[in-house]
Amino acid sequence: MELGQKIVKRIFLAIISFLIIITITFFIMNLVPGDPFMSEKATAATQAVLREKYGLDQPVYVQFAKYMWNVLHGDMGNSYVLQKGRAITEIVTESFAISMQLGVKALLVAVFLGIPMGCLAGLYKDKPADSIIRVVSAVGISIPGYVIAAILLIVFSVKLGWLPTSYTKPGGSIMPIITLAIYPTCYLARLTKASILEVLNQDYLRTTRAKGMSEFTVIFVHALKNSLIPIITYLGPLTASILTGGFVAESVFNVPGLGRYFVSAISSRDYTLIMGTTIFYSALIISMNLLCDILYQAVDPRIHMN
Amino acid sequence: MKSITPNLFSLQNRISPESFSPLDPSYYGKETLETEEVGFWRASWRRLKHNKIAMISLCLIGLIILFAFIGPLFSPYTYDQQIRGDEGMFPTLKHLFGTDKLGRDLLVRCMIGTRISLAVGVVSAIIVLIIGSIYGSISGLFGGKVDTVMMRIVDIIYSVPEILLIVVIKMVIDQPLEQLVSTVDFLMPLQKVGSGLIAIFIVYGSLYWVGMARIVRGQILQLKEMEFITAARVLGCSQKDLIKKHLLPNCIGQLIATVMLQIPSAIFTEAFLSFLGIGVSAPLASLGSLTAEALGGIYSYAYRVISPAVLISLIILAFNLFGDGLRDALDPKMKK
Repeated sequence: MELGQKIVKRIFLAIISFLIIITITFFIMNLVPGDPFMSEKATAATQAVLREKYGLDQPVYVQFAKYMWNVLHGDMGNSYVLQKGRAITEIVTESFAISMQLGVKALLVAVFLGIPMGCLAGLYKDKPADSIIRVVSAVGISIPGYVIAAILLIVFSVKLGWLPTSYTKPGGSIMPIITLAIYPTCYLARLTKASILEVLNQDYLRTTRAKGMSEFTVIFVHALKNSLIPIITYLGPLTASILTGGFVAESVFNVPGLGRYFVSAISSRDYTLIMGTTIFYSALIISMNLLCDILYQAVDPRIHMN
Repeated sequence: MKSITPNLFSLQNRISPESFSPLDPSYYGKETLETEEVGFWRASWRRLKHNKIAMISLCLIGLIILFAFIGPLFSPYTYDQQIRGDEGMFPTLKHLFGTDKLGRDLLVRCMIGTRISLAVGVVSAIIVLIIGSIYGSISGLFGGKVDTVMMRIVDIIYSVPEILLIVVIKMVIDQPLEQLVSTVDFLMPLQKVGSGLIAIFIVYGSLYWVGMARIVRGQILQLKEMEFITAARVLGCSQKDLIKKHLLPNCIGQLIATVMLQIPSAIFTEAFLSFLGIGVSAPLASLGSLTAEALGGIYSYAYRVISPAVLISLIILAFNLFGDGLRDALDPKMKK
């Protein structure tokens, strides 16, 4: 298949998954018994007025068409519970800016720590350095995010008192960033090592060695370049894991980001906010995956040769 | 006669006439292979035994299973028993892990929590295995348009961020499911398991099977071109038997390795749901919900976080390492 054709197909697929997400979230939210105003101490008449105001008295398919239309125009409705009456898009854009600051920093940590870790493990294969990195990364991908957060809190805030627990104080973003970065860093290290070991025995590397280059140059310059290709595909899931990691890190460390909003929307059953956030996150993750896929196809000529 | 001095540079072989004499008859019969035949499982086990990390993890998993299933028998308390006067105790001899604010013994709760977490992992992995292998093998075996359509569906589900959908679905099916379980007669036995747990199984099983389906399909595509499948077809084997008796048993190694790595991932997901407050419902506890519960009082009761947190990390770590080792042992080709 031609590269262009493949890309078009991928984009098409991404759009379908996005529409499916909107559909599923919408209908699932509608299956929930009761509506957001049931819990309020309001008379039946008031509830009816509220329902009419938010269009909840219309048949489901009308609501769905309306919602779909609005979402595609960038309007995701208003929050019912958490911040009554405020537009979801406003909440999302405002809090996501904060989440993104943390997320991008964590992403940079993961890339600039994880990939060299993997290279080192490949360079010193079966030596102590490799074993240490292997153990550390195995432990890192096995600890749930909130356990990391809890450990960090206990050690650095409660016992040692080095770092503030509140996000707004200076240095407050260090612990959330570490919490976010540990899983992707360790995953990247494992991935890079596996990928490096795969190319290690190829002819072009033997040539570089024969030319008299140091093993360090061979690994970090020549092997890494080709091993980076499979790693590109992980950047999509990496974004997803940092985003979902944000739910935990932001709630534990009280960061006023989108992740914390999502978690509190769940506990307060603010359905429109949950839907809006889900759709926003999904769009982000799906487009990141799409981007990585296209990049992957474009970077490696071997893939679309056969 | 002049004696023959060996010429150092001669290329001639010096062969003695004895080499051409017939062998003793007793020699025959020894021409069989000296080594015993080693089957698939024996060979895999041998490879696994040499992997120290995997064996340590296996022992650890065994210990954890004992802790979870035998442990509660030796405890004087039950997991939901609230002991008056023992509320919020630090770890002592009476309560090794301390008690929570309702006076429940944390050691027993950790044991039960481990049990639940293990159950979540194993059952979810089995659900994924069943759906994924059936779907994948049908898609791979039939090929053509069936394959294209089935794989498109997989592609779409694959590109959906599953953790978000899990949160959304889990939140919503909890209540209706509870109603269903408590009203419909033949679902009554499930009440003991708890609707919260069943919801986790459903949610996990309905989204995570796609990875499995892809792996199985890839294997089937390779296998179905082989001669033994043609032979089975010629002998009149039905499609169903072809999958059941010939194709799936031949990718068993891959299946087991993938399922093994599915377990920690399911435990991880449950822990995440527990953190969001939509995991297992009280008074039942999973390690995830125990940790999440304790996070609230982390400043004054750090010890309550530590034991379930360490346990859950150990379980996931052990399963991850063992799964890796198992994959290498069952499929040595992959390692190279």
